[in-house]
Amino acid sequence: MPDDLKKVAYYPGCALEGTGHAYNRSTKAVGKELGLELVELKDWNCCGAMEVKNIDPKIQTYLSARNLSIAEDMGFDKVMAPCNGCYHNLKKAEYDLKNDAGSKEVNARLSGKAGHKTYEPGAVETIHALDWIKQAVGEEELEKRVKNSLKGIKVANYYGCMYTRPRHIFPEKDKGPASESTSKPHFMDDILGAAGAENVDFPLKTACCGGAHSLSDSDTSTKLVLNILEAAEACGADVVATECPTCHTGLEMHQMRAEKVLGRKTNVKILYFTQLLGMALGLSAKTVGVQENMSDSRAFLKEKGLG
Amino acid sequence: MTADRPTIDEVVARTDALIRGDRPVADPLAAGDELLAMGEAVLEAWIESRDKDPTDDEVEGFRLLGLHRQGAKGDPSFNACRETCREIVYHRNVIHAETDSALQQRMVRLGAMVVRHLALFVGGKLQEAGLGDFCCSSRPVRQGDGNKNTTGNAAAPV
Repeated sequence: MPDDLKKVAYYPGCALEGTGHAYNRSTKAVGKELGLELVELKDWNCCGAMEVKNIDPKIQTYLSARNLSIAEDMGFDKVMAPCNGCYHNLKKAEYDLKNDAGSKEVNARLSGKAGHKTYEPGAVETIHALDWIKQAVGEEELEKRVKNSLKGIKVANYYGCMYTRPRHIFPEKDKGPASESTSKPHFMDDILGAAGAENVDFPLKTACCGGAHSLSDSDTSTKLVLNILEAAEACGADVVATECPTCHTGLEMHQMRAEKVLGRKTNVKILYFTQLLGMALGLSAKTVGVQENMSDSRAFLKEKGLG
Repeated sequence: MTADRPTIDEVVARTDALIRGDRPVADPLAAGDELLAMGEAVLEAWIESRDKDPTDDEVEGFRLLGLHRQGAKGDPSFNACRETCREIVYHRNVIHAETDSALQQRMVRLGAMVVRHLALFVGGKLQEAGLGDFCCSSRPVRQGDGNKNTTGNAAAPV
């Protein structure tokens, strides 16, 4: 196991303290079970999410850079962000600070005003929870550690749209079979496959879930989510595995709304990949927070001998 | 708008019918091409809504991908449907390459789901024009209007 991945800085982001609490809980539990350590950033702030970025992208860059600066101050060269939005924003800040003089200037000025060190690009690498588990442990080791195989569970792995886009902020991707692909991501497939799951061929793994339209145009979001869920079922999936709290919440919420508003019911279960992996490693459904999900997968998991 | 081009609502209705699959598609090869054509129609609607003429250029041999490239120019959030377009091409190609009839039928159905996703995505964006920048991909810092409210302005209250 690479030493620099055994203990990494942890940036949960706002969603993991709210609607994505089960993702937070299961990520920490899986890390502990695998002998990995997460050290949460002290006094972290919002990454700038979508809202700040829309108003002023340079402030978003500063907000994300401040988190990277904290990681550096704490002595880390890697920070793990399990939320796609946070992961994307921290990566984008890194890119902007390297390539845009205006962003660099604003970051330096605001950092000075706030009284902390100005983050210089290249000091800290942002990784996703998928990178962390895949690279720190790997499939071979995961296979050895599985106590309750996910055998017999068909999974559609849903990565969402921010994990791989835009391509230019992810220079480490698309570097051959061992690296992540921006067009056909596979790290979640690899990890859950090692835990025994049967990954189905799913054509909408990076399709938009309508997250940004959730409040302004709920009907569009509901239709997009319904299409994702119906496609997953058509591919034979029992479960849609997620790796982003926004996607996850959107899928759960609009699965219920589709039934209520459009009268279209889907039965596919929605679980964080860390919940599935945690249960495969022998953790209980409660430990990985299945009861905190909006959709109820407990009977299904029990039937499959998990949890 | 081209007279014989299906509207986004018609694309959704047609894909719904293909997905329901009440009976097998008689000509899967034609259905594969129809998926591609419906994808092009959706992107043409998007491009025309931005007062541009849809391109005839191809990318990797497909006009659909050329249209996507054109549609995403100046609007990085449109890249959220890049892989969706590539999946349509993939499904069309598998339908043409496959000789197993059952698999062809399955790919027509899955391909229709992908086209429906594109239609819903673009339809949503057309309804909520302006929310594009709010979406996933970052507004490029190189883009002039991205700097309008920036703290680079000394008068900005930051």
